[in-house]
Amino acid sequence: MIAQIVEIIDVYWLLILVGQFPEGPLGGLALTLCMALAGLIGAIPLALVAGVIRTCPGTIAYYPISAFVHAIRGTPVLLLIFWAYFAVPLLFGGSISGVATVVIALIVYEVAFLAEVLRAGIEALPKGQIEAARTLGLSYRQAMQDVILPQALFNVIPSIISQFINLVKNTSLGYIISVHELTYTAYQVNSQLLTGTLPVFTLLAIIYFCICFSLSQAVSWAERKVERLRIAPQQANGGLR
Amino acid sequence: MIRFENVNKFYGDFHALKNITQVVDPGKVVVVCGPSGSGKSTLIRTINRLENIDSGRILINGSDIHARGKDVNALRAGIGFVFQSFNLFPHLSVERNIMLAPMRIKKLAEAEAHSLAHELLAKVGLSDKAGSFPTQLSGGQQQRVAIARSLAMMPPLMLFDEPTSALDPEMVGEVLTVIQQLAGEGMTMVCVTHEMGFAREVADEIIFMAEGEVLERTDPETFFRAPCHPRAQKFVSDIRRA
Amino acid sequence: MEFSAVLTGTYLEWFITGAKISLVLFLSASVLAFIIALLLVAVRSTGFRPAVWLVQAFVEYHRNVPLLVHMLFWYFAVVQILPMAVQIWINQRSAEFYFAMLALALNYSAYMSEDIRSGLRSLHKGQIEAARALGLNYIQTMRDVILPQAVRIALPPLVGQSLNLFKATSIAMAIGVADMAYSARWVDNATYLTFEAFAVATVFYLVVSSLIIALGSIASKRWRLQT
Repeated sequence: MIAQIVEIIDVYWLLILVGQFPEGPLGGLALTLCMALAGLIGAIPLALVAGVIRTCPGTIAYYPISAFVHAIRGTPVLLLIFWAYFAVPLLFGGSISGVATVVIALIVYEVAFLAEVLRAGIEALPKGQIEAARTLGLSYRQAMQDVILPQALFNVIPSIISQFINLVKNTSLGYIISVHELTYTAYQVNSQLLTGTLPVFTLLAIIYFCICFSLSQAVSWAERKVERLRIAPQQANGGLR
Repeated sequence: MIRFENVNKFYGDFHALKNITQVVDPGKVVVVCGPSGSGKSTLIRTINRLENIDSGRILINGSDIHARGKDVNALRAGIGFVFQSFNLFPHLSVERNIMLAPMRIKKLAEAEAHSLAHELLAKVGLSDKAGSFPTQLSGGQQQRVAIARSLAMMPPLMLFDEPTSALDPEMVGEVLTVIQQLAGEGMTMVCVTHEMGFAREVADEIIFMAEGEVLERTDPETFFRAPCHPRAQKFVSDIRRA
Repeated sequence: MEFSAVLTGTYLEWFITGAKISLVLFLSASVLAFIIALLLVAVRSTGFRPAVWLVQAFVEYHRNVPLLVHMLFWYFAVVQILPMAVQIWINQRSAEFYFAMLALALNYSAYMSEDIRSGLRSLHKGQIEAARALGLNYIQTMRDVILPQAVRIALPPLVGQSLNLFKATSIAMAIGVADMAYSARWVDNATYLTFEAFAVATVFYLVVSSLIIALGSIASKRWRLQT
């Protein structure tokens, strides 16, 4: 079977890598990675706001944001994609491509999850940090901007990379609405070959595995780095009970 | 400068501060001591509103700190607070820790803040650590930086919440020296501490608390030689034995 | 909003079937995943290097490849290498459901085994020593002392995984399983009442998700281990 896989790679490598590009839109692995990246980057601004609000139970915005987070986290990603497919053309007038649909669904999904990641990061900081900042006379906004968020964002870098891995895996759902990402491309290759189903899907699994496994190694590396660089003051070297 | 009028505080059902009525005059050094759970830390934390009160008033320079429309940030900028666990900002260098508040609140220019920071670091004996990060410093050094950070806003009042309790014994001295120096310069200070030797040397008055109440208030000599209240007597004799 | 149109007659039947299949898929896959997870942990804990490596490989494979690919793999690829007779037998029995269940169970068993393993790590070492000192062999130690405790400690993340599993059942529609997501799409195609169709499905998922979280929370509190 390995020979078959090598043969498939030999013939179809360009299609798998970039789809029809440049004679057509981007596809394959490149599209998968671009969609995942777009999902992450698109989600960051709103996730920042939502995450901070989620740490303040008293405010007015807390309730709708919390409702949003719970609703999105209780809904399958596939259903979010269906909703995007239906709702986005209504909101923006005119139809949109499958790619945009998936990206929008991923952004909505990621905002909810990243907000919680950020919330956890903020709440994991020692209470003394916000107390010290406020004690100096800094306003809540200044304390957030200069003391809390820089630390929290750094500390959650491993979690953010983990979320990116999830996004890469979730892009495979584009297959269901015929977006030409990696899984759909593999399906196309299979349709052309007809006799190489096992090798094709094995290759597909291998490609995802390589990408996601490398990323998860990056997560472990990042966790070690963060652990080392962000010791809370209480654990600094030199005499502390 | 600080006036407590019938201040009460509850944590749920627990009565943490009971009818506290006290005054701290400007320029005085007041040490608050007492057994664990007596409310000393709670008391000091109400002064800059890190803790709220349930009844009574706290006035600083004649104005009620809980008045409607009171700018709590301005209040805090005028009070220096040193924590037991230092709470330095680990993502900022030592000098940046000190420069942050003056630059953000007083809108000091970077250069001015920089020289202010170095002045204060020299004062606490840590000029060579300006570029270091908190995690590279010992506990005693971190606490001295914390003191410098509080001084950067030039507050007329400094509060210390058990500043040496989290330090190994050999580092207690360097921190107490700095605090003593500040006292000698006429700073108004309220200090919660277990360091009785320090209290004896530096304090103008000792407030003894137990179970949320102020039981005795007197000068250090009298307090350590012949306290009036039986609870205080027990406390002093326990210390002597330790 | 014409919910009444969508919730009557054939359409209602479709939704009910979809809900049933989603729930059955969820429950059967969860139980299977949990059992496999326990086995994985038990095998891994033997310390026998080839066994540990195998379990690690299994876990990493399932964590790094998307669930959809797993399902497609089983449904398209594995089927083809089975003998013809078996293939015919499978096709007669709408085996998509079983492939979906298998893919879901294997996939989430990997995550669950990691959660149980964390629970294991936070167990006091003395537990194993005490059990062995009593004369219990490896299997008995695992079964009666270690795993029950590890699972109780790991209950909150395990509930989280089963929630993920439930949401993931929607992917089964890609290989033709007539679950809720499939029904929603079918009703949408038939009635063009897209909003209503999707809304019904969404409500279903949200309600069951909330139930899982609530039940999980109660169970976690009830069975929390006081170490």
